[in-house]
Amino acid sequence: MDNLKEKVKEDKLVLGHKAFTSRLLTGTGKFASKALIAPMLEASGSEMITVALRRVDPDAPAQDNILAQIPDTVTLLPNTSGARTAEEAVRIARIAREAGCGEFIKIEVITDMQFLLPDNNETLRATEILAKEGFVVLPYMMPDITVARQFHDAGAAAVMPLGSPIGSNRGLEMREMIQRIIDFSRIPVIVDAGIGRPSQAAEAMEMGADAVLVNTAIATAKDPAMAGRAFAMAVEAGRMAYRAGMAGQKAAAEASSPLTGFLREA
Amino acid sequence: MSFLELANQYREFDFPGYFKSVTAGDVETSLSKAGDINRLDVYDLLNLLSPAAEGYLEPMARMGRQLTLQYFGRTIGLYAPIYISDYCANHCTYCGFNAKTDFPRTKLTLEEIDAEGKAIAALGIRHILVLTGEAPAKTPITYLEDAVKILTRHFSSVALEMFPMEEEDYRRLRAAGADSLTVYQEAYDQALYKEVHPRGPKSDYAFRLLTPERGARAGFRALNIGTLFGLGEPRAEAFMAGLHARFLEREFPDVEVSLSLPRMRQAQGAIAPRHLLSDTGFVQTMLAWRLFMPRLGITVSTRESAQFRDHIIHLGVTRYSAGSKTDVGGYTVRNPDRIAPGGTNPDTTVQFEITDTRSVAEVTQMIRDSGYQPVFKDWELF
Repeated sequence: MDNLKEKVKEDKLVLGHKAFTSRLLTGTGKFASKALIAPMLEASGSEMITVALRRVDPDAPAQDNILAQIPDTVTLLPNTSGARTAEEAVRIARIAREAGCGEFIKIEVITDMQFLLPDNNETLRATEILAKEGFVVLPYMMPDITVARQFHDAGAAAVMPLGSPIGSNRGLEMREMIQRIIDFSRIPVIVDAGIGRPSQAAEAMEMGADAVLVNTAIATAKDPAMAGRAFAMAVEAGRMAYRAGMAGQKAAAEASSPLTGFLREA
Repeated sequence: MSFLELANQYREFDFPGYFKSVTAGDVETSLSKAGDINRLDVYDLLNLLSPAAEGYLEPMARMGRQLTLQYFGRTIGLYAPIYISDYCANHCTYCGFNAKTDFPRTKLTLEEIDAEGKAIAALGIRHILVLTGEAPAKTPITYLEDAVKILTRHFSSVALEMFPMEEEDYRRLRAAGADSLTVYQEAYDQALYKEVHPRGPKSDYAFRLLTPERGARAGFRALNIGTLFGLGEPRAEAFMAGLHARFLEREFPDVEVSLSLPRMRQAQGAIAPRHLLSDTGFVQTMLAWRLFMPRLGITVSTRESAQFRDHIIHLGVTRYSAGSKTDVGGYTVRNPDRIAPGGTNPDTTVQFEITDTRSVAEVTQMIRDSGYQPVFKDWELF
C-alpha cells in the first residue's frame, strides 16, 4: 500500500522546469465571485491556474483583483485570451511577464467568436517567438497531429488540444484526434476546454492525457469547491487507471511487446 | 454581399402574417432545437419572437440562462457612457438632441474630457463609451481622435457611439485607441426610417445600415447594434436586428457582436413612442436572441429601471452600464455641486432620462447580491 502511495506521489507532471503533483489545471473566469477561487484551489489541490491577462487590473481593490485571490503556492498560468493575432498574443505575454506573472504562458488566439475555436496558425507563430524568449509556452490548439509536432519543434512545453468548444461541456468530441496526439507527442498533452463533467476528465486521463484544464464546469457549479474536488478525484482516478495498464487499453500505452517479444530472442 | 441586400430581401416579407400563423407546435419545435449544438435558423427566430411564444417564456428563460452561464459564466461586464458633445445636425423626430430642439449646446474641451474621464475612472469604471451628436463641423475627426487618446489614459477600453463614418475615419479612431463601435439602426423598417429621419445626414438609411461593416473592416474588435424600440413594429424590428447580428457574426468571425434593447422614453422635444415594447416583449426579445445566438453579448443600459434590471440579470444580459449621466459634462464639469448622488445636472439637457439612477457602487453590489461577479476590466489595448 505504501508502495502504491509512493508511486502516485512520484508521478509528476513536468512543465518547463517545474514539476506538479496535481494534474488538474483550473481557471479564474466565470466565477460568481473571485472570493470563491481560493477555496476551490484548496479543495481541488490544483497547483496551476490560468488567468486572462485582459481581466487583470492591478489598480483594482483586492476583491476585484484576480491576482490577489491566488495563493503563492499555486503557479500562475497567464493566458492571452482576447488576442486575435500572434502579435497581440506576444504583446500580452510580455506584459504578463513584466507584471510579475512568471514565465508560463498559455497562448490563446481566437479568431472565431462564434465557436471560440483557436487559430493554430497564429498560435504557432506566437509560440515560435515566445519560446525563443524563454517563456514556458502552452499553446491552446485545435487537435491536429501535424501542428502538434510543429508546436514541439517550435519549443512549446506542452500542447493543449481542446476536447470540445470552450464552455460547451460536451466532453471529448475530438477524442480520436486527441488520442493520436497523445500517442505520438513528445511533450505533455493537456486536454483543455469542453470538459463538463468529472467522468469526461477521467476519460481523458484514462486515454493517457498528461493533465486536463477545467474552468467553466467548476466556476459555474453551485459549489465550485466541491466541483473542484470532484474533478481532482476523477483526474487522479483516470491517471491511475492509465498507469495501471488496464485490460482493453491501447497497445501504444504499453512499453514493449511482452507477448511476441520472445520471437526475437536468440 | 452586404447586409443591405439581405435586408432588402425582407422588405416585402409579411411579418404580421407570419407571426400570426405561428402555432404553439412551431414554437415547441424551435425550442427543441435550441441549445448549443444545433443552430436555429431565421424561422426559429421568427417563431420565438411570435405571440405564440409568449406562452413559453419560462422554458426559454431556463435555456437562455443556461447558455449564458456556459459562455459568459456568472459575470456581468460594466461600462459607463461619456457624452462629449450634444451638437447635432440631425432631425430625428424622437430625440431630445435633435437639431430643431432649442437648448444651449455644449461641447467639452479636451481638458474637460480629461476631468470627466478621471472622475468616471475613480468610480471603478474601466470601459468607457464615448457619445456625440452628429455635427462634424463642431466635432471634427481631429477632435474625436484627441478625445479618444485622452480617454485611453483613464480607461482600458474605449468604445464609440457617435455617427456613421467612413472606414478611413474609423481607422484613425482605431489608431487613436478606440476598440469597439456601437451604432443602432433605430428602425430597420425602411419607410418608417425615412419618416423619422426626414433630413440631415442620418436620413441615409443604407449608409447607416452598413456602418457596422465599415467598422469591422476598420478593425474594431467589437460591434454593438440594435434597433430603437418604440419606433417600428417590435417583433419585426427584433427579427431584423437579430438577422443583422448573425450576418455580422458570419461575415466577421473575429469580431464580438452584441445587441442592445434601447426602449423609447419620452424626451424633451420628441414624439411619443408608437409601439411601446412591454416588459414581456423585452424579455421575450432578449431570450429569442439568446437562443438564436448563444454567444451574443446583450447590453442593457440605465434607461431601464433598477427593479427591472435586477430581475433580468438572470435572463441573458452580459453587460450593464452603471452610474450613467446622459448630459454633456454630467459627471463633474457642469456645476458639480448641483448634482445629487445618482442624479442629473439640472442645467443641461439629457438625451434620455435615466431610470436606474443608482451609483456604480450600488449597481455593483446588486450584481454581487444576485450571485454574479461584476467585471470592470475585460480588455485593454495590448
